[in-house]
Amino acid sequence: MIISWQKEVTRRLLIFVEMALIGILAAKTELFAAYPDGTVLLQRVDQNSVAKTQVVEIKMIIHGRRSDRTLKSRSFIEGQERAFSEYTSPPREQGTKMLKLGDQLWTFDPRTDRTIQISGHLLRQSVMGSDLSYEDMMEDERLSDNYSATVAGSDTVEGRECWILELRGKHTDLAYPKSKIWVDKERYVALKGERFAKSGKLLKSMTAKRIDRLDGRWVATWILYKDELKTGGGTEFIIESAKYDIDIPEQVFSKASLRR
Amino acid sequence: MMLKLALRNLWGAGLRTVLNVAVLSFAFVAIIWLQGLYEGMNQQASQALLREAYGGGQYWHPLYDPYDPLSIIDSQGLLPVKIDSFVHRKQATAILLIQGTLYPQGRVQTVVISGIDPDQRVLDMPVDVLKIDDSDIPALLGTRMAKTCGLSTGDAVILRWRDRNGTFDARQIRIVEIMHTNVQMIDNGRVWIPLHKLQEMTLRPNEATLVVLDRSTTRTASADWTFHNTDELLQDIHELVKVKQIGGMVLYVILLFLAMLAIFDTQVLSIFRRRKEIGTLMALGMTRWQVVRLFTLEGALHGIFAALLAAIYGIPLLVIYARHGMQLTDAVDSMGISLGTQLYPVYSTGMILATVVIVLTTVTVVSYLPSRRIAKLKPTDALRGKRA
Repeated sequence: MIISWQKEVTRRLLIFVEMALIGILAAKTELFAAYPDGTVLLQRVDQNSVAKTQVVEIKMIIHGRRSDRTLKSRSFIEGQERAFSEYTSPPREQGTKMLKLGDQLWTFDPRTDRTIQISGHLLRQSVMGSDLSYEDMMEDERLSDNYSATVAGSDTVEGRECWILELRGKHTDLAYPKSKIWVDKERYVALKGERFAKSGKLLKSMTAKRIDRLDGRWVATWILYKDELKTGGGTEFIIESAKYDIDIPEQVFSKASLRR
Repeated sequence: MMLKLALRNLWGAGLRTVLNVAVLSFAFVAIIWLQGLYEGMNQQASQALLREAYGGGQYWHPLYDPYDPLSIIDSQGLLPVKIDSFVHRKQATAILLIQGTLYPQGRVQTVVISGIDPDQRVLDMPVDVLKIDDSDIPALLGTRMAKTCGLSTGDAVILRWRDRNGTFDARQIRIVEIMHTNVQMIDNGRVWIPLHKLQEMTLRPNEATLVVLDRSTTRTASADWTFHNTDELLQDIHELVKVKQIGGMVLYVILLFLAMLAIFDTQVLSIFRRRKEIGTLMALGMTRWQVVRLFTLEGALHGIFAALLAAIYGIPLLVIYARHGMQLTDAVDSMGISLGTQLYPVYSTGMILATVVIVLTTVTVVSYLPSRRIAKLKPTDALRGKRA
């Protein structure tokens, strides 16, 4: 009598465990089915932000500890390798030029009439006192080349539904081994980004304040960058005009163009 | 005979001699005191540098150049076997230098993170405070660096660096002590943390940038790492003091010029006023050059008396000064010499003798120059009081 009672309890327990496992599995499958593939998402983001060539006019507002500064520049960018920028205002910075060829960077200062190659520790200096270093500016923009992505959840940024993507470096030589971006579910543009140190400390953040459709692609045209370790209001990048995939004369990306 | 005559003449000149001797003695004391200050500066700075930074010489990584901040980025490597054996025997200490950024009160401060063994005994630095086992990285700062960053003992601050792959890392460090040091190079822009910790943080196990030998160990040849002896390392400070010394020479020249002017005037006046005496001496059988020698001797005796007078009041004064030193202001720190708050002058026998010889020679020459005029005097004209 006692034995048959024990058998019944064991049978019922087994059924319960089996059902619980089926439930968990089902829930998990549904969860994964609801989240898109992180790699695909990242590639969509890259498609939006990376172009064969770009000619952009940018306004940079640097919020310092005491005062704000506004700079304007025009940049010619070809892929990841070549870029040329010229500052057009204020008068103090007017004529300052920068040329990036591969992993090398030169600047030309009209006041001293000298071209300087930025290397070593100078690459870690901030660009015109902004929250971005020369290194940050020289980084490869194509995230999918450097990071593997997993979707960590969804969130709302500035009223837009976003996927939260956790990025892990594919290579050991990346400046930021971990990143997190909030990707607009419809437009596939990053509305928010965070870059972390190896220890997990938040180093830099990015928030897109405005998204526009330019030449058929969604682009963040007003971005606030912030060095999270220092005080200050960060640096705003405002794209005033942008043209994509147009022909840029070859001589623009030569050292001679710095003095022109 | 001539010496007796010269002494009598000087005695006869009375107050004029006293004034000349007093002015000249002041020049003596002032010149020796100033030279003592520069020598003290040189020795004090050299000793501080040897004690706290250079030890008995340094081995540098082949790419390390202390004058080129860019070189710090690539100048880390494993120690050659011979140099490593010194470190293991505690006859040397390895230092790893890494570029970093400190964020005191949210400001950006570029620093050189310096890893040093907390158990080392080669350099006179209070690095044993870094032995603290804490979740934060223990850090030691110099007073200047602490002042620049507005940090004090117990404060926590974020430090950011890159590992050997170029990956950013940032952690909180805790200031365990603020050290007082006269040596700016181990203070300005430096954050000292335990060597093993920095090696671990930057993925550079057993690597270093330079190795400091203790002062009793003799170097051995190393193929890659270059050895820099203390003479070489101290060359800059010697040259800096030499430059300051040259600047100080302007003061010696002015002092000496004033004293010589007094002697010269005295001689010219003596020759003018004592024409009849000169004529009498010549009439009594002295040759012109004997009279020139007499007047030159009188002038030179001013120097000898001045040296004696300077010894009487100068020696006690300079000794007291050498014992108690001179209080320095903060402004001296900006000169780039590691002196601290007190400067103790050092007077060497060679320096004192050289000063005495230079001053006496100058006095003799200055006394001789106006006396040459006597050689042109005719005894008859001199007796009549006529000029040559």
